[in-house]
Amino acid sequence: MTDDTGNLLFGPQPDVAGAAGYRGAPPRMGFFTDTSVCIGCKACEVACKEWNAIPEDGLELTGMSYDNTQGLGASTWRHVAFIEQRKPLGGQEPGVGHEDVDVFAAAGQLGTSPSSPDPGTTVAEVGSAPAGAPAGAISPVAPDGRTELRWLMSSDVCKHCTHAACLDVCPTGSLFRTEFGTVVVQEDICNGCGYCVPACPYGVIDQRPDDGRAWKCTLCYDRLGVGMEPACAKACPTDSIQFGPLDELRDRAAVGVARLHAAGVTDARLYGEDPGDGVGGDGAFFLLLDEPEVYGLPPDPVVTTRDMPDMWRHAVAAAASLAGLAALSFVRRPR
Amino acid sequence: MTESDVTRDGVKGARPGREAVTGEQAGRRRRRRGRGEKAMVPDAEFSSYYGKPILNKPTWKPLDIAGYLYLGGLAGASSLLAAGAQATSRPGLARTAKLGASGAISLSLAALVHDLGRPARFINMLRVFKPTSPMNLGSWLLAGYAPLTMAAAAADVTGRYRVAGATATVGAAALGPAVATYTAVLISDTAVPSWHEGYRELPFVFAGSGATAAAGLALACAPVRESGPARRMAALGAALELGSFQLMKRRMGLAAEPYGLGKPRGLLRAAEALTAGGAALAACAGRESVAGGRARLLAAGAALLSGSAALRFGVFHAGVASAEDPRYTVVPQRERLEAGERSGRSDVL
Repeated sequence: MTDDTGNLLFGPQPDVAGAAGYRGAPPRMGFFTDTSVCIGCKACEVACKEWNAIPEDGLELTGMSYDNTQGLGASTWRHVAFIEQRKPLGGQEPGVGHEDVDVFAAAGQLGTSPSSPDPGTTVAEVGSAPAGAPAGAISPVAPDGRTELRWLMSSDVCKHCTHAACLDVCPTGSLFRTEFGTVVVQEDICNGCGYCVPACPYGVIDQRPDDGRAWKCTLCYDRLGVGMEPACAKACPTDSIQFGPLDELRDRAAVGVARLHAAGVTDARLYGEDPGDGVGGDGAFFLLLDEPEVYGLPPDPVVTTRDMPDMWRHAVAAAASLAGLAALSFVRRPR
Repeated sequence: MTESDVTRDGVKGARPGREAVTGEQAGRRRRRRGRGEKAMVPDAEFSSYYGKPILNKPTWKPLDIAGYLYLGGLAGASSLLAAGAQATSRPGLARTAKLGASGAISLSLAALVHDLGRPARFINMLRVFKPTSPMNLGSWLLAGYAPLTMAAAAADVTGRYRVAGATATVGAAALGPAVATYTAVLISDTAVPSWHEGYRELPFVFAGSGATAAAGLALACAPVRESGPARRMAALGAALELGSFQLMKRRMGLAAEPYGLGKPRGLLRAAEALTAGGAALAACAGRESVAGGRARLLAAGAALLSGSAALRFGVFHAGVASAEDPRYTVVPQRERLEAGERSGRSDVL
């Protein structure tokens, strides 16, 4: 495969807007969502709904967690995932409650030992909870064996892929690449064929049932045009959602991950920032604290159109064999 | 729905999907019925977000889109039969095939438009020419193909403009194989695991399935003495369809599983039995030129037509099922990542 077709259908593409035909386009803009500082307030969901005038799409209580939005869809362009795990976030000492610590005994030992009280004095199993538990190894802190827990919160959004399958397969040209390198649906063109829905490897875009057309995050194209940041990033109180030129965001994210690793949060990793991945890198990428699938993200998404030349080759071969099969059927005269 | 109990000691019997301990063991636990096929790949543990699907499942209506796939195959292969029959002077077979092709493609276009969220904007399909969109290319293909089949059928029925009709028949036969097989690219070019992973063999499955459907229509409706080519086409098409479908399922790994579970399983079993049985019945009916041959050919034709339809619906529903379960998205991708890590990730792309 040559570089030309490779860059059109998959692989790294440093100049998305240029490849889409823009001359002198502004730098590619995107989101960096740092989930380590997300507090799950859902201000992004609300701001997105309000700014983009997205209709209500069901008021259901899922019963599974604090997340009642459940996932991205035609009328949900930001979705805050909520996960509870029996793991500490980083290298904290497990056990915030000290009910079973004998403070008088501990006071009696003050000055005799530099460490915290010997667990053998208060806990039944001697040695099960060493003082100052090292990062990674989690010791049971309660008699019933419960361990520390952590809450993961992450605001999901359209990834604005470098190679966007939804855009590739759209038969009407309704989905297009903007000068900012983002992917947007033109709702006056969309005829509701629904092809983009199963094409998206992330399950982002969807069809609005009563309306018939496909909808997804526009990265607030209207706001970008006048130099404003998208509504969700504007509303985010912790700067978990950061908006800016993608190159700048990538630098910032690399620093952030290094800092978390140094702090003992060894789970921290970037998702979607690699231009060499199956979709050529995402325009909206993430700092996650666990495997992507835990957040409902595909671990290794690949743009389906990567295989398109091969698909057509096989279809042509199949068409030829159908023609050959028909010709063969007529070879002999009827009996 | 839920089988869990809240007791003083906590929740008993809660299903894993409801427990917010993601990363431990999640994912929907499937219960197979005793009769079900054994999984080809051992159950792999995987994480998911409360068992929720990663992909948004296709919004296509099964009757419209599976029907569209089926009718496109029927029409495309019928055009080949029509041209062959025209060239070998079998007027009865030619007329059946021409009418079949134009009728099927009209119905399939109607199904396609009916499935649109905004049917009035159908013509937007032809607003651009976009090689990366199989649906766009398919629309252009149908825009050329459908009028040709209608011209061929009209000239045959009215008996006028014979030269133009013959030319249209040849033109339709040239585009027919593409109409029958492009639909495989249409559904393979998605992130739906059970469609995408089969992209190498699915065009051949659809080619064979189109051939059996067209042969079935010809056997059922054309004169018995002209049915020779249709009988041979039924046998060849059935062999191509069933053979490449088995090959596809063997090659696609975990994504083959939805083809053997639930509704798709029943449909595909029926498709196999009807297609193989119909082709065999057609071959036998041809050998004995006895009375009752007509009835046998009719039964064979009906079996082939419904077998081909069952295949398309089975493939459609299997794809939707694979999009609804995060397992089929996560597990193969996770395996690919791990394999890539082992070999330095160079061969993944």
